[in-house]
Amino acid sequence: MNIYLHEFKANFKSVITWSLSLAALILLFMTMFSAFAQDAEVLNQAMANFPPELLAAFGISNVDFSTVLGFFSFIFFFCQLCLAIQASNYGFGLVSVEERDLTAEFLLAKPISRTRIMTSKFLAALTGLVITNAVVWASSFAFINAFRGERPYDAGTLSLLLASILLFQLFFFTVGILISLLVKRVRSVTPYSMGLSFGMYVLSAFSGMLGDVKLELITPFKHFDPNYIVLNDAFDMSKVWISVAAIVVSVAGSYYLYQKRNIPAPV
Amino acid sequence: MSVIEVNKLTKYYGKSRGILDVSFKVEEGEIFGFIGPNGAGKSTTIRLLLSLIYPSSGSAAVFGKDCIQFGPEIRQEIGYLPSEVFYYEGMKVLDLLKYSGSFYKKDTTKRMYELAEIMELDLKRRIDDLSYGNKKKVGIVQGLLHQPRLLLLDEPTSGLDPLMQRKFFDLVQEENKRGATVFFSSHILGEVQKLCSRVAIIKDGSIIEVQDIATLRKDNYKKISVTAEGLDEKYFAIDGVSNLQKENGSFNFFYKGNINTLTRLISQKDMADVTIEEPTLEEIFMHYYE
Repeated sequence: MNIYLHEFKANFKSVITWSLSLAALILLFMTMFSAFAQDAEVLNQAMANFPPELLAAFGISNVDFSTVLGFFSFIFFFCQLCLAIQASNYGFGLVSVEERDLTAEFLLAKPISRTRIMTSKFLAALTGLVITNAVVWASSFAFINAFRGERPYDAGTLSLLLASILLFQLFFFTVGILISLLVKRVRSVTPYSMGLSFGMYVLSAFSGMLGDVKLELITPFKHFDPNYIVLNDAFDMSKVWISVAAIVVSVAGSYYLYQKRNIPAPV
Repeated sequence: MSVIEVNKLTKYYGKSRGILDVSFKVEEGEIFGFIGPNGAGKSTTIRLLLSLIYPSSGSAAVFGKDCIQFGPEIRQEIGYLPSEVFYYEGMKVLDLLKYSGSFYKKDTTKRMYELAEIMELDLKRRIDDLSYGNKKKVGIVQGLLHQPRLLLLDEPTSGLDPLMQRKFFDLVQEENKRGATVFFSSHILGEVQKLCSRVAIIKDGSIIEVQDIATLRKDNYKKISVTAEGLDEKYFAIDGVSNLQKENGSFNFFYKGNINTLTRLISQKDMADVTIEEPTLEEIFMHYYE
């Protein structure tokens, strides 16, 4: 419990910053909704003139800007990018920050098993992600209702879309932990987390442009494609399972590797 | 029962050597010195005892229990002071010490305040505002607050001023009287001689010798330097003199034997300067290579 609280406190500022930034992002986009929706006809026409590959790259091939959830699925994609970076940051930093700052020496000399250290840290970071999640849920519903005007939307579909966040973040979080334990030393978290998040995004954009199905299989941007969820009112389950499998493998692998890890000495 | 029992412990970092085939025992209640130059493998040995790293081969047991299998259990009774201390910046000293104490079954609050007072540590300051020496003090309090049965000290005095070093040595001796076994790693022979009953000497990853301090002292060489007119090599051709070298008109050599023989010899000449020193660790080691 003591490690959990320590970790949670250490992480708290970051959780609040990310949560508020995401809420602000949703607010900013939703204030533009009525303008978009009014000129949706013109916008949809203009978009039809763009090359379809470009639209696919941005994941807006089938987006109808005149509907609430059509527009929201478009802005949700930007939220996903932020959520991916946040989750990767926590994943890559989970054990590597202590090793970089050399406080691992302090913690691991204490009478606790590595399994317990890992579990406490994992749950503390997960709590942070859940808080961010809750803020995104609340601000999505609040700002949609505040700015949708007379236009209707299906709350069930929106809930489904928002429910995808947890698994989506877990993917980046757990894969981040695993990679950080596969390398000898993570000197700085940011390049790794940016690499993973944008890397997965670029893969998703390429697979959209080229229509290459294989690349879709590894990127959670496709597993939880907001466009697909809104249009079909359902998850693309066969792809969601790939994310779930990656999460399970990453968690198991991380526990295994951490148990066997040689903690680098201060040099 | 031996408090520490190390059996053919070997650690490679990739291809580079950590320690090779290290075996020794530390008995209950002794202050055991572990001495060797930088990079000899002192920290590696301690980190293996704490399961911070895992051995390539061999085994180690503390309180008769395997270090890896019973790691958390034996660490309940180990106090560790690393050679370089690093703590969570942004935390206050008091919060860090409370966090540290929260891992142990005992109540550590009282001892924590006592130790902080002895070491003159300001508990209200933030870790990142502390000087190196003050961080080291935090390390000392942190390592002792749960009154462990075994202290692992890795070059504990670096960064402490002489006054604090003395207080620290008093503390260690006090803990030892209380019954704690102390494993004291250092590259400074003097402090080990002052404190320890036995020493193991490690060089290039291997134990060269495990000896009583008394024996080591008896065998010890003195490093002598004399400056005087009209001296030549033959003047010092007596038993016990070795490594005689002439340098800028003065003679440097090692001497082992009755010190009176040497002082009489020196007093027969009109000396401009004489120094008699403890040899440095490296020079002792050279003796082990001969």
